[in-house]
This record gives sequence, structure tokens and C-alpha cells, in this order.
Amino acid sequence: MSSEAEAVSTQIQGTASQAPVAAPETKSMSIIVTKGSLDWAYPPFILATTAAAMGLPVTMFFTFYGLPLLFKKLDLQVTAAGNTAMKMPMMGGHMALPNIMTAIPGVDAACSVMMKNLIKKKGVASIEDLRELAVEAEVRMIACQMTLDLFEYSTDDMIDGIEIGGAATYIECATQSDINLFI
Amino acid sequence: MADHTLDAKGLNCPLPILKARKALKEVPSGGILEILATDPGSVADFEAFCRQTGNELVEHSVDDSIYRFLIKHTAA
Repeated sequence: MSSEAEAVSTQIQGTASQAPVAAPETKSMSIIVTKGSLDWAYPPFILATTAAAMGLPVTMFFTFYGLPLLFKKLDLQVTAAGNTAMKMPMMGGHMALPNIMTAIPGVDAACSVMMKNLIKKKGVASIEDLRELAVEAEVRMIACQMTLDLFEYSTDDMIDGIEIGGAATYIECATQSDINLFI
Repeated sequence: MADHTLDAKGLNCPLPILKARKALKEVPSGGILEILATDPGSVADFEAFCRQTGNELVEHSVDDSIYRFLIKHTAA
């Protein structure tokens, strides 16, 4: 993280218990982030950073498999298991991977490498970059306390500037938001 | 005529918008930001961005698959 981003996140941490205050006419957005695979990490971070760029105060609530997206070190993977619509461009066409193939060791890793290569080739931002932009844009990020307990995670391993909260924290935020998404 | 030019060629959604937002901060009020992009989706996106943020999309054009936008920094 750049020193500028570090300064911003420290500043956010300092005011962690307060939601961003919006002007009355300003729309705001909240997103519940429940999935942590490489593909599913994109929609919440794309929408959060774009909404923030368009002037909306944004809150992201990370729960269940979405919570590890707050870890300092990310190593996101994608799997074709149970994802029959997933097709990768290959040799001029598109190729799907039969579900049974995903059980073979190394296949998911190969899929992940393939997707990361596509992401780079097509000028798509990495999740790490989008997350840093979200932090810079003062997107409020809440880690679900119950998920921390359930999966024995520690916020020590997570990025600075996040808050900890539960369902009531989210609901309060949702009642004040114009757009509430569950991803 | 632009006060500042942002080269967003080769970048995909939402990076041109995110970088434009940052670049606009460097443009004085009333100034013009020029953006060059190759993402065809950026046409609809910059129109929406300007409507939402209150900045003025002065013009946009396409030449040889390069989209050019001129945004006047009119938002507070």
C-alpha cells in the first residue's frame, strides 16, 4: 500500500465508529459481501469503487466467505465446480470444464492462473487494486463479528481501517441507504 | 484546450471512471479534463457519471477505436 493510502486508512480507523455523513440529497449504497472467490470478488468491489467515485457514501459488510477478502494478503482462486456456465475463451471459441474435471488436483489452480492472465491481458483491475481504491475513497468496511468467531479469523491479519459489527450494525446502515445489494 | 489529459487506453471497467474521478480533482473548477479510452462501455458510463456527479460532458467522439471525452469540472 502506498504511504498516501496508508495515511487515508489510518484516518478512517480513527473515525471508525462513525458512518460517513451524507448530505440530504446524496444517495448512498450498502453491499453485503458473501462470496470470496476470484470471480465473485469483482461485483462488490467494482460497484463500491464506482459508486464512491460518483459521490455516494458506500458501506461494505463482509460476512461468511466474503470476509477473507479483508485479509492483507489475498490469494483468490476460481473453481469451475458447480459453475457450469463458466466458459473461458480458448482457441477462438469458448471452453467449459466438465464438473468431474474440477476434482483433479491442479485443475482449479490452472483455472485461476488462466483467469488472472485474462484479467491482466484485458486491462481489468486486480481485486487488490480495487480494494486499495475503495480504501482511498473512504468506503466503510465492516467485518462480521460472528463470521470472525465461527471461522476463527483475526482482524490482526486484515487491512487497516475496518470496523467490526453484526447484523444490527448492517440493518441500521441499510435503513439509511438508497441502494442495498446482497452479493 | 484541455487543462489535463487522462490516458485510460487499454483499461477496462471501472478503471477509466475511477481514474477520471481522481484526475478531475486536479482540474480547477470550470476547467476541462480530456480522457482517452478504448473501452466501448465507457461511452454510456461517462454519460452516467457526468449526470450523477453534476459535471458536464462537453463532447465525446470516437476515432480509430479511441474514445475521447471532454468533461468540464462543474461539480462543487
